[in-house]
Amino acid sequence: MTAAAEPSFPPATARQWRRSEEARGLALISPTFLYALALLFLPVLIVFLYSFWTQDYLTIDRTFTLKNYRQALGEPIYQDLLARSLYISLTVSVITVVLSYPIAWFISFHGGLNKNFWLFVITIPCWTSYLLRVMSWKVILGYQGVMNTGLMKLGIIEQPLTSLLYNANAVIITLVHSWAAFAILPIFISLEKIDRSLIEAAADLGDGPIRRFFRIVLPLSMPGVISAFLIVMIPTVGDYVTPQLVGGKEGVMIASAIQASFGKAANWPLGAALSVTTMVIVTLLAGAIVLGLRLIVRGIR
Amino acid sequence: MSGRLRLLPVFVAAYLLFLYAPILLIPIFSFNNAASTTFPLAGFTWKWYVTLAGNTVMLDAARNSLIVGVSVSILATLFGICAARAITRYDFRGKRLTSGLIMAPLFLPEIIVAISLLMIVLAMGAELSLLTVILGQTVFCIPYSMAVLVSGFEGFDRSLEEASQDLGETAFGTFRRVTLPVVAPAILSSLLVAFTISLDEFILAFFLTGTQQTLPVYIWGQLRFAAKLPSVLALGSLMLLASVFLLTLAEIFRRRAENRKILQEVPHG
Repeated sequence: MTAAAEPSFPPATARQWRRSEEARGLALISPTFLYALALLFLPVLIVFLYSFWTQDYLTIDRTFTLKNYRQALGEPIYQDLLARSLYISLTVSVITVVLSYPIAWFISFHGGLNKNFWLFVITIPCWTSYLLRVMSWKVILGYQGVMNTGLMKLGIIEQPLTSLLYNANAVIITLVHSWAAFAILPIFISLEKIDRSLIEAAADLGDGPIRRFFRIVLPLSMPGVISAFLIVMIPTVGDYVTPQLVGGKEGVMIASAIQASFGKAANWPLGAALSVTTMVIVTLLAGAIVLGLRLIVRGIR
Repeated sequence: MSGRLRLLPVFVAAYLLFLYAPILLIPIFSFNNAASTTFPLAGFTWKWYVTLAGNTVMLDAARNSLIVGVSVSILATLFGICAARAITRYDFRGKRLTSGLIMAPLFLPEIIVAISLLMIVLAMGAELSLLTVILGQTVFCIPYSMAVLVSGFEGFDRSLEEASQDLGETAFGTFRRVTLPVVAPAILSSLLVAFTISLDEFILAFFLTGTQQTLPVYIWGQLRFAAKLPSVLALGSLMLLASVFLLTLAEIFRRRAENRKILQEVPHG
């Protein structure tokens, strides 16, 4: 540390640049960045490359082809799986956001001094074993499950319902339960950022609670709603465990096909093309919905 | 307005029931003296827990989970410290780009992260083992560690560090003697959060492990056999207890970190 006083002019030499804010920041973030580059970006890039290749047993043919995409987008089985995955992830994210908003609202506006405690209570279930949570929905919704035996005890139904488990709805319920906290947190954070005097001002100027909500609270909390929506929708489209355990034949999603093409089917390029297709379509759909949400909010205001 | 205010607590209560009921079923049925998971309950028993104690395959899986969890939490926290510090302390071009990539696992389907890692490991000719699970789960845990650490590092009074450097401490010495004591609770909290995630993480472990199983992979194998369900539920209850305990600790440390920051802001003297 023998450096003279900091120069007031922008660093001109390489040596000075190495000392600068920018260089230090970059140097400090680079281990983590390089790790993510090597174990996230590079692997995803390889998936992308594979999706244009073909596989014959164990040999990979590296000539460029769109055959895998034709298969992924053209074959009815993959079309069905993709459509169902998108339908499930969209439904789950809409339900989760709609159910989470009042909870986030409650914690932010009525949580008082115990906001941290409430957040803790809400997040705890999300940290418990994912497998067992899904399993426990199987126990609840099963033929001799808690729901059926309970409803029969109460005399509401006489025969156990078979429609509870092994379909898309069972997958949706389970996923909504799994992703609750992931939606509540971003919405809560954006509600916390709202300047409360804006709401008071609107009240003073004669806006009722509903107008206040739609003209002030909802537009200002939109960034939280949008990130909640994305953080639920994009990961759930590729969920593997839930459809496997509670989905049955009617609830299979695209992840099972991706897994199969890496497992017993041993067709990596097809699995890669299915992954890329899923990612691209879900991103486009989510982007369109986010754009739509922004426009609607602007319209209301 | 008053009508809505009365409605809101009812909704919150219903929501909490929806959130907690499925989780509470796990310990309830783990003490149930029957192989089937149906009501009415058939009486209290410890036997499913007793069968666990003699289950060597499960104990091996638990040991593997411990190895993976400890390694992942340390690695993710170290990487998290670097990145969180860079983000909160320095301004530099490419901040959004670099942190965006680091946080990307939050916004990706886990199965895609898993298969892409699987492909690169197999393409390189490396063997699947606990090491590949550790490397993969670290990528996945870094965003969570970062989130905890960034909130711990934010608002840290920079002038303290500048004072230390003006008084001749090196950058490392300043970090160890000035920064670390303030941010230590956030670091502990990050270690615990990453460990908890790793302990319950299934998809990456399922795809990236070789012959050695972690606990979730073991549980996945057992779920195919209906008769094994009660002992799986007993194991699940123990894991549940461990997760809740670790998270409570993490929360305590996180709050302590917050309090220290507040104390720091109070003028001395």
